[in-house]
Amino acid sequence: MSLAGNLKYLFMKDLGTPALLGLQNIKKRSSRPPDQSFGPALKSNQRLKAILSKHYLLARYTPGAKKVAWVTSGAPVELLRAFDIYTIYPENHSALVGAKKLGAAYCSIAEGAGFSQDLCSYARIDLGHLFSGKTPAGKLPKPDLLFCSNNICQTVLYWYKVIAHELSIPLIHFDTPFVAQEQTEHDIQYMAQQLQDMIPVLEQITGKAFNLKSFETILKRSQTSSQTWGKILESMKSRPAPMTIFDAFGHLAPIVSLRGLPVAEHYYDVLLKEVLTRVDQGVGAISDERYRLIWDNIAVWYQVRHLATFFARRKMNFVTATYTNAWAETTGYLDVKDPWTSMAKTYGQIILNNNLKHRQQLMQRMIQDFDVDGMVMHSTRSCKPYSIGQYDLRKILSTELAIPAVIIDADIADERIWSGEQIQTRLEAFCESVEDRSYAH
Amino acid sequence: MPIKYFAGVDVGSLSTDFVIIDDNATIQAQIIQATGVNGSLSAEQSRQEALNSLSLKEADLLGIIATGYGRAQVGFATGKTTEISCHALGAHHLFPKTRTVIDIGGQDSKVIRIDEQGSMLDFSMNDKCAAGTGRFLEVMAQRLELGITELGAPERILGDAAQISSTCTVFAESEVISLMARDTPRDAIVHGLQKSIVNRIISMLMGVGIEEEITLSGGVALNRGLVELLSDKLGKPVNIPDLPQTVGALGAALLARRHHHRAE
Repeated sequence: MSLAGNLKYLFMKDLGTPALLGLQNIKKRSSRPPDQSFGPALKSNQRLKAILSKHYLLARYTPGAKKVAWVTSGAPVELLRAFDIYTIYPENHSALVGAKKLGAAYCSIAEGAGFSQDLCSYARIDLGHLFSGKTPAGKLPKPDLLFCSNNICQTVLYWYKVIAHELSIPLIHFDTPFVAQEQTEHDIQYMAQQLQDMIPVLEQITGKAFNLKSFETILKRSQTSSQTWGKILESMKSRPAPMTIFDAFGHLAPIVSLRGLPVAEHYYDVLLKEVLTRVDQGVGAISDERYRLIWDNIAVWYQVRHLATFFARRKMNFVTATYTNAWAETTGYLDVKDPWTSMAKTYGQIILNNNLKHRQQLMQRMIQDFDVDGMVMHSTRSCKPYSIGQYDLRKILSTELAIPAVIIDADIADERIWSGEQIQTRLEAFCESVEDRSYAH
Repeated sequence: MPIKYFAGVDVGSLSTDFVIIDDNATIQAQIIQATGVNGSLSAEQSRQEALNSLSLKEADLLGIIATGYGRAQVGFATGKTTEISCHALGAHHLFPKTRTVIDIGGQDSKVIRIDEQGSMLDFSMNDKCAAGTGRFLEVMAQRLELGITELGAPERILGDAAQISSTCTVFAESEVISLMARDTPRDAIVHGLQKSIVNRIISMLMGVGIEEEITLSGGVALNRGLVELLSDKLGKPVNIPDLPQTVGALGAALLARRHHHRAE
């Protein structure tokens, strides 16, 4: 790390990026007229945009100042933060590409290099970015190391191996045994040991010594932010709900990719305050909330606005989702006094690493607690660990709780998979069923 | 007091169907015509034809619900509802003990579970591809140089059945081509095709659950060979409406009547 690199990074962090982003904001003003079906937009949207833009912009100034890691969404990033490593989340970046309807273009680059269309679109977009350097975020720094965990899927390991091979950089993998019934003591010890074994590796890569005190601070911060995120999601139990799950898909970004940093902790304090104020004042995310829905699986990034509008016009609001809940669900296990085993419990038991019975019980609770009238499940081509079992879950939950449910077959970021006409009919029929039942009651 | 009339129009991918009912929910007129390239035009034509058959004027219809893929194009409709809800209502009206409706339309097939009021409880649709739909059968009939009625003749399923394994219309057509190249008897190919559709319907039925009486709606219900195979496989008869193509439009007309009464 060089002195000049460090100075440049610090200048950009505190003065340069805020000034640049300020200029951009003057140039760009939203021209979209507000849809009457929605309530007033969250004020925090602007803050969120600024934080994420700054994060991507500042990433360009890391060379010579900071080591950069590419990290998967479920990896225990707190450990990297203790070594002051700058993190980029390819999944987050791929979602951004998908939201801008550029997914197919990036996927094609990876497909041209020989990767199958059946491979996860997050992975294809990331590889497309790697091979071409293209990104809607301007420019991303090349990683110095890769950090992945198979608690979200097995694909990440092979995807990151390709990057490690292409760039000849180290890959650290956190292996999390699947929870078929309960986590065993052996599983926990196995994971806790892996985390401790990573310390000397990270010390060698960064040239910095591990400091337990600062690690504990980061861990505590991570837990606090995640718990605040949980409270934000809980606020949607109110009628009307102060935000929609489509808002939450966006506001999820800091807890995924900036977890453990002060900026995320502060951001969620502000957002929580805003949603609670809305609850007090009875301000809803949609102007007339008649029905409440649950969403299962990752967002369809290129259709978020379309779906949000479609449902809002039918007076339906998604008030909860297994996806957004994933970053609040297990952090209660974190304990700074016992960091290693508590991290093993936290990261080893997340929804995608847990059995279907667990998912059923979780969703059952969510449906009851959030007073849900219907369930939309996105069966996604990209994420098999998330999509498998949905037909069984749908059958069990819709029968036991007597709520209508629909499965739509789509993809998270590859817009070629979207069959608009067929999905439209399915969703409309689902809405008719929800409305019909409420009329009968 | 003048008789009250309500109508439903189902603009499907292959046919446009128009039904007029009176306030007792008795069918007064049923029109079936090809959709062609202009859904709104065929909807308009079918409306005129139906009105003419009863010597009615446009204003005599107190409500018109549009359904089917072209529902959004029907400017004169007073409301729009999916064909799923409409087939459920229509089938329930014709066969009140029905709890499961199979609708095989031009572009998709659906299995709908309904309650004793005819309201939809659950439904399942074919995913991503048109195999097992009306269009699938049209493509195959053309390839086999048979009319659609000839393809559905029950005597064609008496002998052996060729194996058709593909779930995609285009690939299934390739299979048919290679079977013909191997001089497989035409009836064996027809039998194989019919079986492949029935198997797809059965797997959708299993997903939704088979309950009490089953009614088959949509144009494919006129395919007698398929109906026989389906009843054999289910081990019980399947209800077939006299005009299975108009069940969706009938459901739409019933809904128009319901909306009118709710508003009153």
